[in-house]
Amino acid sequence: MADMADQPLLRLEGVTKRFGATLALNGVHFDLRSGEVHALMGENGAGKSTLMKILAGNVQRDAGTILIDGREIDVRSPRDARTHGIAIIHQELNTVPAMTVAENLALGHEPRTRLGVLDRRRMVAEARAKLARINAGIDPNRPLGSLSVGMQQMVEIARAVSEDARVLVLDEPTAALSRAEAQQLYRIIGQMRSAGVGLIYISHRMEEVWQLADRVTVFRDGTYVGTGAMGDISPSDVVRMMVGRPIADLYRHAPRQPGEVVLDVSGLAGDGAGPVDFTVRAGEVVCMAGLIGSGRTEVGRLLFGADRRSTGRVLVDSRESRPADPSAAIAQGMGMVPEDRKDQALFLDHSVEDNIALSSLDRFVTAGVVRSGQVRTAVTRQMQRLHLRLNALGLPVRALSGGNQQKAALARWLLRDSRVLILDEPTRGVDIGAKREIYELIDELARAGKAVLVISSDLPEAIGISDRLLVMRAGRIVHEMDSADATEEEVMFHATGTAPADGAQENGARH
Amino acid sequence: MSKDEDLPSVRLTEQPAREPFDFAKWWDRVGILMVLVALVILMSVIAPNFNRVDNLLNIARSISVNAILAAGLTFVILTGGIDLSVGSIVAVSGVVAVVAAIGGWPAPAAILAGMAVGAACGLVNGALTAYLALAPFIVTLGTMTFLRGLAYTITEGQPIVSSDLNFRDVGNGYLSGVPIPVLVMLVVYLVAWFILERTRYGRHVYAVGGNAQAARLAGVRVNRVTTSVYVIAGICAGLAGVIFAARVISAQPTAGTGYELDAIAAVVLGGTSLAGGRGRIVGTLIGSVILGVLGTGLILLNVPFFTQLLIKGAVIILAVAIDSLKQRPFLFRAAAKARGADSPKT
Repeated sequence: MADMADQPLLRLEGVTKRFGATLALNGVHFDLRSGEVHALMGENGAGKSTLMKILAGNVQRDAGTILIDGREIDVRSPRDARTHGIAIIHQELNTVPAMTVAENLALGHEPRTRLGVLDRRRMVAEARAKLARINAGIDPNRPLGSLSVGMQQMVEIARAVSEDARVLVLDEPTAALSRAEAQQLYRIIGQMRSAGVGLIYISHRMEEVWQLADRVTVFRDGTYVGTGAMGDISPSDVVRMMVGRPIADLYRHAPRQPGEVVLDVSGLAGDGAGPVDFTVRAGEVVCMAGLIGSGRTEVGRLLFGADRRSTGRVLVDSRESRPADPSAAIAQGMGMVPEDRKDQALFLDHSVEDNIALSSLDRFVTAGVVRSGQVRTAVTRQMQRLHLRLNALGLPVRALSGGNQQKAALARWLLRDSRVLILDEPTRGVDIGAKREIYELIDELARAGKAVLVISSDLPEAIGISDRLLVMRAGRIVHEMDSADATEEEVMFHATGTAPADGAQENGARH
Repeated sequence: MSKDEDLPSVRLTEQPAREPFDFAKWWDRVGILMVLVALVILMSVIAPNFNRVDNLLNIARSISVNAILAAGLTFVILTGGIDLSVGSIVAVSGVVAVVAAIGGWPAPAAILAGMAVGAACGLVNGALTAYLALAPFIVTLGTMTFLRGLAYTITEGQPIVSSDLNFRDVGNGYLSGVPIPVLVMLVVYLVAWFILERTRYGRHVYAVGGNAQAARLAGVRVNRVTTSVYVIAGICAGLAGVIFAARVISAQPTAGTGYELDAIAAVVLGGTSLAGGRGRIVGTLIGSVILGVLGTGLILLNVPFFTQLLIKGAVIILAVAIDSLKQRPFLFRAAAKARGADSPKT
């Protein structure tokens, strides 16, 4: 084995971070030895990225200690992180695409000649040397933006290595890489490990984690679940650790009897997803599960005409639907609550009333004039239905809590009385009370004969509120199952592409 | 009637609680109007002859061209765009209207020709901005220069004077003692107010400026709305160009030079956010009047031209600074109000 001193290279103890009402990290611990790859796993929202931001100095912890070589340190800024030898390779790269590779590598400490002029020749030579250390054959004179994402990542790693990083954090590094690029990355990781660097590896891909890591730590809902050496733990153990929380009454609903097919999708494909085939019936809630980036949101957007589809046929109530843009889809009876309500759904400075009424104004127009009294009455009715306080009517949406903002986004389609609803992460960033209300609303909509397609990364929710599950991976629907028989483990296995281990079915029986 | 117990809960939900004084809200509603009132009072006191009826009508007439430009520009700025070409459109449309009138077109046709040219220019601005996703600042900077060049080209660089111009009344006439340009301006504002406040299209203009992405996903045809606001700005500029030409009874290739900046100043003074989505057409009218009153007052006071510029610039910055500061919750207690609005339902 590699260097196994008593003292871990990096140690985090009792790290806690609160954002407003949510506890993002609750007294977690984590340790990293020099020369090891330590995988950090957990569902979305488990607290991995918050921990990384704390290490990077972008976010300050509320409590807890960070130790390097047993000495307590403070990371107040990205500069501090660099001083302590911590480097982070983010999913979004922190580079300047218009500048050359050499310029990027020299950023902030450009070599100068005695006259104070930029020493371009030395800069290129230094860049070449830095790239050579990780055996990356990249021309330092090329503009960074002309390189593939994988190559750009290599440049970032070369920078980290050149700064003598001792702790290197890789956040989903292979998400955007080709197979060959990923192989090259694995080789570099191997080199760094033998050079004594400690690597924290965040990934959703089981296969890759088992290939690379020495140990794995699992977080769930901001808490530490456990750590194990790769030899003592199986992928199914890790999945269980990631998802294993009881399914509470939160999702309980009476059985529904789906009717005729309302949404019939065949061969639908576009950028980032497809082809996919599926149906949603009247009175049915169908949930798309899968990892982030598996193409669920893309399918929703293709259906709604938000992105252009390349092929495929969509029938709504047996009528062909080829929306050129969302306004056409809305006219055909669709409604979508997008993933990011603040960026994609709401007008934060506009009143709650205007936000809710926007898509239904055509219903309240007489001789070209919007009947504002009728609009107000109709909006008020929807707000009552959703238990939104009526004196919020004239307030900017910005003033509402996350849960109430989400309700306002939903109310838009309730007012429109859309036949097909596409709800992308309807409860993200929403407190438990509002969650419950949104679940009840989804159930109520289905009972009223709507076809509801929910996209959710929250596995218990996806299983709990739906009648049927579509599991997506790499842009395709890889598995379809009845929600009543589904287990979180089973969904996760399909979503990550890991074959179910023996006995997983029995062990994962529903609580 | 109903039992006592029922009443409070009904009241609570249907009647907004009395809110504490909120500077941001107050300023949004009447702030800029107060500035105007204060300015008028000040000028009446210190400037000789300021509040004589003929002077006030003169002010009204002198602001009409800028106010009409600003009305159209309000639509553009509400969507988060900008139009620098309106000053050049004033020149081109004026030239076209005068040339048409000289060529024997009847007055209404010549006026419509000027407005149609404005609409066409706006269509180019709008289509380039919406469908090619070019930055409106750059697009209209380009058309501003191009159209100025066009005005010079048509006139060969010389003013075309037509002393018997058939639509000269549009600039110089009176109707029951009120200058016609002032009446036209009022009609423009009435129509603009109606469109923005009372029609679905108006709500869509605000939606595009508030959040274009969300507007699209809510079913607003963002590209069409974006294109149309430039057409509206073009029509207004065309109308302003016709009035200007009628006023000076000639086609001036230099007409409207720099007017786009005065119009933008009026819109921003009126409280419309350059980021889009927030603002009111009434504010723009008040903003135009403030600039007009200030300009005329300073002339009456015999303030040297150079000093006038200093004062005008300072006023614009001050007004926009207040508008921006009111967004800071720690200054004006907006945050406390926002939090209060979110207390759980009872």
